[in-house]
Amino acid sequence: MNSLNEGMYMEHILDLYKNPLNFGILENADFKERCFNPSCGDEVEIQAKVNSNKIEDVKFIGKGCAICVASASLLTDNIKNKSLDELNNLTREDMMKLVGIEVGPARMKCITCPLVSLRNGINSFNGGQNARS
Amino acid sequence: MINITKNKIERLREDFPILSRKINNKQLVYLDNSATTQKPMQVIDAITDYYTNYNSNVHRGLHKLSEEATVKFEESHEKVADFINADFQELIFTKGTTESINLLAYSLSSKLKKGDEILITQMEHHSNLVPWQQIAKSFGFKLNYIKIKNDGTLDLDDIKLSKKTKIVSCVHTSNFLGTINPVKEIGKIAHENNSLFVLDGAQSVPHMPIDVKNIDCDFLAFSSHKMLGPMGIGALYGKKELLEEMEPFNYGGDMILEVRFDDTKFNELPWKFEAGTPNVAGAIGFGASIDYLNKIGMENIKNYSNELTGYALKRLSEIKNLEIYGPLNPEKRGSLISFNLINIHPHDTTSLLDDYGIAVRGGHHCVMPTMKLMGLTGSTRASFYFYNTKEEIDYLAETLEKVKGVFK
Repeated sequence: MNSLNEGMYMEHILDLYKNPLNFGILENADFKERCFNPSCGDEVEIQAKVNSNKIEDVKFIGKGCAICVASASLLTDNIKNKSLDELNNLTREDMMKLVGIEVGPARMKCITCPLVSLRNGINSFNGGQNARS
Repeated sequence: MINITKNKIERLREDFPILSRKINNKQLVYLDNSATTQKPMQVIDAITDYYTNYNSNVHRGLHKLSEEATVKFEESHEKVADFINADFQELIFTKGTTESINLLAYSLSSKLKKGDEILITQMEHHSNLVPWQQIAKSFGFKLNYIKIKNDGTLDLDDIKLSKKTKIVSCVHTSNFLGTINPVKEIGKIAHENNSLFVLDGAQSVPHMPIDVKNIDCDFLAFSSHKMLGPMGIGALYGKKELLEEMEPFNYGGDMILEVRFDDTKFNELPWKFEAGTPNVAGAIGFGASIDYLNKIGMENIKNYSNELTGYALKRLSEIKNLEIYGPLNPEKRGSLISFNLINIHPHDTTSLLDDYGIAVRGGHHCVMPTMKLMGLTGSTRASFYFYNTKEEIDYLAETLEKVKGVFK
């Protein structure tokens, strides 16, 4: 892997930034939670419909850098029909695998912001109080 | 005084070892001076000298080391006070601008009544917003804002003062828009209303001659690390008669004259506001940075800053799809330019510039409400100091074209 930042900006990332997947409002969502990244002002809100404890449909809205938007696109595209319990175990390493790049500490929040939104959403859907931001 | 010429800058740059560092095999181009400036060897040596040769506590030892440390520590107070044309007793060392403003907010809160008003502007750094906002919440004061006009300057017609407005606090140079505010004028308006006038000088004191008597501010806060000195030390200037009336912010050692079990007599100024063992090494480094700046001359630094900022404004405005925020007249702005490349997130721009050895800031620059007002979530900011060159600005402009190339 290229140690320069430019290595992160692979074609699929740039494509997803320009044309994000699952971007928009989901009517009648069962949960919607946002993650705010205070270091850059990025915001991602994940909205999902849940059926039998599984994600039936999911969309996101928000503003972010190329890494963040690509990450939100790929996350929302990969969690349909997956159980909430399974999704609760997703890690930052899973996110890097999913997005196909490795990021350092400076950009870690960009890639994990959508995951935090998802966790917050699942947590609030389950009525829990342990949402992490 | 000698003008800052190209040769002179090359000689000055030799005092800053970090400027020869390579980043990703490229020469470091450090354009993040609004966040913090680099330190010359003279400052690093002064701090090393203290820890190596006379490290000891101040104001209490009767031994030689403590005597030397106390002399140097107090000399630094004097240098910083002189630098802004203040008296020795009027200059308090703090951790930095943020602590200076917190000190003020908490100490002045006891002088205000419920329902009193504090006026700040819509372009304040969080450090000159959150302290006022929080004391307003705690004590029932009202916080008002002077609006920003579309050109990034303050709308002075929007200054709404009442008998209840007790404090007006304002940033001198905005760390995001770069705007240099007409602080003498704002101070005059505040004083005509019998309001106290507080100035946040974090981005102005490092870049231009500052005379608190001429500006006629009641208080001025600034930080050492944005003007060649170490982190963790800064200053609060206050008019003597006001500081004398104010309650201390921190209580403890060094700020006392006499302590009994039932009461305490506070020390004289400025020590009344410097409780506990101070940051002696920081103070000595701060003093050394003032010596360094005085050697170049603040008028020279200001003139060169204007020239460099003017050049950067010209080069950046030549770039297609690049949006610059704040006033476009270099005389009216500090040595910084915030911008965005259209459709490229500032984080991405900043990361890609880093590949080329260029250090700039990307993000909200601690002015979240101002950003929101302008419909932005962030920007990239290039900020300069006297050791930067036109060649570095050319390199920034050329590299920004390459960043655009990645997103094509």
